[in-house]
Amino acid sequence: MSDTTTVPVPPKPAAMRERPALLRLASMLWADKFAFAAALLLLAMIGCALVGPWLMGDAAGGQNLRARNAPPFDLSRGWLYVLGGDALGRPLLARIVVAAQNTLLIAAGAVACSMIIGTTLGLVAGYRGGWTGEVIMRLADVIMSFPSLLLAVIVLYMLAPSVANLVLVLAITRIPIYLRTTRAEVLEVRERMFVQAAIVMGASTPRIVFRHILPVILPTLLTIATLDFAFVMLAESALSFLGIGIQAPEITWGLMVSQGRQYLTSAWWLAFWPGLAIILTTMSLNLLSGWMRVALDPTQRWRLEIGGKRNG
Amino acid sequence: MAEHLLELRDLSVRFHTARGLVQAVQGVSWHLDRGETLAILGESGSGKSVSASAVMNLIDCPPGEITSGQILFEGRDLLTLNEEARREINGRRIAMIFQDPLSHLNPVYPVGWQIAETATAHGTPAQEARARARELIARVGIPDPDAAMRKYPHQFSGGQRQRLMIAMALALKPDILIADEPTTALDVTVQAEVLSLLGELQRETGMGLLLITHDLGVVAEIADRAVVMEGGRIVEAGTPYDLYHNATHPYTRKLISAAPGRGEMRADRAPVTPLLSCRGLRKEYGSFTALKGAEFDVMPGECLAVVGESGSGKSTVARLVLRLEEASGGQALWKGEDLLTKTPREMAKVRRQLQMVFQDPTQSLNPRMSVYEIISEAWAIHRDVLPKSRWRGRVQELLEQVGLKPEHADRYPHQFSGGQRQRIAIARALALEPELIICDEAVSALDVSIQAQVIQLLGRLRDELGIAFVFIAHDLPVVRDFADRVLVMQKGEIVEQGSVRQIFDAPREPYTQRLLAAGLDPDPEVQARRRAERLALQA
Amino acid sequence: MQRMIGKRAVSSLISLVGLVVLVFFLSRLTGDPAALYLPIDASEEMRQNFREIHGLNDPLLVQFGRYIGDLAVLDFGESIRKARPAIEVVLEGFAWTLQLALITMTLVTLAAVVLGSLAAFRVGSLFDRLASMLSLIGASAPDFWIAIVAIVVFSVGLGWVPTSGTGTVWHWILPIAVLFIRPFGLIVQVVRGAMLTALGSAYVKTARAKGVRNRPIIFVHTLRNAMLPVITVIGDQAAALLNGAVVVETIFGFPGVGKLMIDSILQRDFNVILAAIMVTALAIFVMNLLIDIAYALLDPRIRT
Repeated sequence: MSDTTTVPVPPKPAAMRERPALLRLASMLWADKFAFAAALLLLAMIGCALVGPWLMGDAAGGQNLRARNAPPFDLSRGWLYVLGGDALGRPLLARIVVAAQNTLLIAAGAVACSMIIGTTLGLVAGYRGGWTGEVIMRLADVIMSFPSLLLAVIVLYMLAPSVANLVLVLAITRIPIYLRTTRAEVLEVRERMFVQAAIVMGASTPRIVFRHILPVILPTLLTIATLDFAFVMLAESALSFLGIGIQAPEITWGLMVSQGRQYLTSAWWLAFWPGLAIILTTMSLNLLSGWMRVALDPTQRWRLEIGGKRNG
Repeated sequence: MAEHLLELRDLSVRFHTARGLVQAVQGVSWHLDRGETLAILGESGSGKSVSASAVMNLIDCPPGEITSGQILFEGRDLLTLNEEARREINGRRIAMIFQDPLSHLNPVYPVGWQIAETATAHGTPAQEARARARELIARVGIPDPDAAMRKYPHQFSGGQRQRLMIAMALALKPDILIADEPTTALDVTVQAEVLSLLGELQRETGMGLLLITHDLGVVAEIADRAVVMEGGRIVEAGTPYDLYHNATHPYTRKLISAAPGRGEMRADRAPVTPLLSCRGLRKEYGSFTALKGAEFDVMPGECLAVVGESGSGKSTVARLVLRLEEASGGQALWKGEDLLTKTPREMAKVRRQLQMVFQDPTQSLNPRMSVYEIISEAWAIHRDVLPKSRWRGRVQELLEQVGLKPEHADRYPHQFSGGQRQRIAIARALALEPELIICDEAVSALDVSIQAQVIQLLGRLRDELGIAFVFIAHDLPVVRDFADRVLVMQKGEIVEQGSVRQIFDAPREPYTQRLLAAGLDPDPEVQARRRAERLALQA
Repeated sequence: MQRMIGKRAVSSLISLVGLVVLVFFLSRLTGDPAALYLPIDASEEMRQNFREIHGLNDPLLVQFGRYIGDLAVLDFGESIRKARPAIEVVLEGFAWTLQLALITMTLVTLAAVVLGSLAAFRVGSLFDRLASMLSLIGASAPDFWIAIVAIVVFSVGLGWVPTSGTGTVWHWILPIAVLFIRPFGLIVQVVRGAMLTALGSAYVKTARAKGVRNRPIIFVHTLRNAMLPVITVIGDQAAALLNGAVVVETIFGFPGVGKLMIDSILQRDFNVILAAIMVTALAIFVMNLLIDIAYALLDPRIRT
């Protein structure tokens, strides 16, 4: 009987629930125009990653000495050179499209691995607690302060600088984020009444953890994962930039920025375009994670289902 | 026509919400004079607080919008004044206190400063304001005012915090005090104290008191006149006596008949073998003892009410028996077997027979599961109860049994009202066909009229299915028509137990007597008698 | 409070010990320093000799025991690369990083709190939308890319500031500006959210009912409450900066602990790596302590 409930709220029409989930999600996305644009852009990026190497792989590798550091917006060499050419005369557009695959694959792999491992450990640490939990938390602290650069160098020297190994390095460094979030959320959610109600019904521990706790914290984790995807992309770019990430002839956007750095004064576009690709992708991810925070919460969802977006 | 101190004429307010325009109040008119108390009575969603918010300029525009009407304060229409003039009136001429003082006090500033701020905001020098704050803290009955000045809100009890709010509102001796559900979250004995403090202060200062409440008892205790609101409109107005005895509007009559504790008490039952018996049940948290050796029995098919104020340990009993927390000592014998020594696996089997309904149905239902999933989960856990092919049919049966519709099965908890949610929670508890259901404050969060319906439902289930209930409540009237036996708790101890007739008609312990006297009755005459009794007990 | 600090110190120490052990052994996996510091045609004898001098010939466990023994008397060993005590090299670099982090975080905090509060107060306005967009871009920008674009524009193109190195005040401008962007974007968003929550809270309603003016409501009643979640984020961002802004330090040739770290890793200068880890861990511990104290100062509920 607080004052917030004194405004009469008519019950929601049941029809809203009947629509298929995918359509509902799409219309919620449409309600937030920025998030919609972001989703379109990300879809395009994923499209590039999937079919890019197959479509433009040859063009991206083809050297053309006459097109060395060709300036952008010059269509005389064909539309592939619209963003200019690199130091070996390879079309930048094609290279960005092809590099999307490695860039997104590494980020997706690292996020997926760290999320699965981190969430599992976090669930154990949060629900079991005690000694196990304490050990897991200290482990997270150690990983957290372990210099990721050293880890990258170790892997680079010990193993090969492949996509899979880079995923490994990045995944390890991001585990603590999920671990800590999951643990904190579990500690809170396990005290909620519906978890207590499940215990009263005689539910087993796996049932409580996977049916009741995990679904509640999953949206938070997915939102973090979206943000983290952006962060991992930046980290991968930074590693490649420092020369301890992906090595040529493999390419990622970060490596392209790094390669373009030495031509900064004469051909700025070499480093500019791949950087722009990074910034657009990370921005889209940030926008989308903000949208997800609302869309995945059943008590907030109406804001999007109704169409008009309110602040707050 | 004589000029009133404060008069509302034909006020309409609407809100822009995500679901379109909602008319919060429509054509509301009332007036308040010096020295009198007007109560606005209504349940949640009635718009009872909106007109007060309009007086205080607390409605955010947008999303709120005042579409018609006047708010005349000493003949001036407040709605025509500018922001600065309205601010000058707030706190100085009209002051307001709220429900839930903990969240309405700023957590990071000392209370002395916050009380003084009312005065400094209107130009009183800081020194003078502090002296006034100290004086007020002493007046509202807080011990050691000098120390209290420097303390923070979280260091006081709920009742003390409401006293501090009152002190803050009265800093500049306003002409009108608006009190929005001032005693709702408080224990009954504290509620009585706060209400009598409000009455005293009103007599001292001659201010007009506008009291917003959902409780007919509060109206009977303190109001001179009352208006009843439903769905944003005033449906009836009059003195508490008139409203109680000569109500014409069906809604008012419904409210009066829903007030608990008016029906026939249940007859005593012959003793049989107990279903559950607790022996020396104890719980300690560090050096604090929450429960000091509780001893009681629950018979098959009976309703045992456990009544006590906050901190009495009444919920601890439930949590210990159900092993949501581990007891520090004692026994809880379920059909002769001790529940407290069972392994988790053994306990999981017994849980089928022992279910629970929690206080707040919003929190006790998983927001991400549909009603069907919530209810059928019981059978997913206990595989041998019902084959999966019959789940849907049984869920629909259960929903009908608790007064919901079968097609509600595919909706989610947030699509229901509070009372409907509690029905879902009850259906979930029934799914396992238990022999005992423990209801922990199961109706405290609900509106009065819905409270009555839920209690009726529980009574029917007991009579039809022979289920035993342990019904935990903080208020005695609620359990009067429903319980067979009552157990009164205070500070971790059972101070009195007996049949419902014994407790209500012939209470032996002073605490039980005080609790009964502090309860508010909707009948103004009964309430006047009770107030006299209460004063006699205090003396 | 003191018990909390004690508990924090113990768990930090446990983590630090684990970290030192891990780094000590794992860093040896990157290879043999002798291969880096001696000419390619150096004889096996010379290599043996080099390893002997730096104590790299003994079994790993013996090396570790010796290291811990030296550490007990605060001897962090010698830097192979610089031929000086490792701790000296690290403290030198750390001083630069500390200054950089302090200046940057002060600027970020001031700017983000002001902008975030104003955006929250005028929620939905053009200013709010601009601030949100700006913070979003800031939070999404890769720092190395911003750094090189900034160099192209401001150093090469306009010639306002030097491209890299240290020495004058002008050398600090670009590194600080680049480091500023991401924490700024993040913190503006947090401040805005926290202020919105605080402005919608019940005690603000009370203040309005008391007739308190708008300005004290924002700056006295809400800001202090809203700062609580903000402080945590400021702490996280400051910790990241104290760890060394590797990329920015590398690009601008700034001799901070981040650049020292990457150089030492690539050059297999093990003692410097370990010393750097311990110094930054201590710095981050102290900073977290300051955050806790700030928290307790702001919120009386934590003090008791």
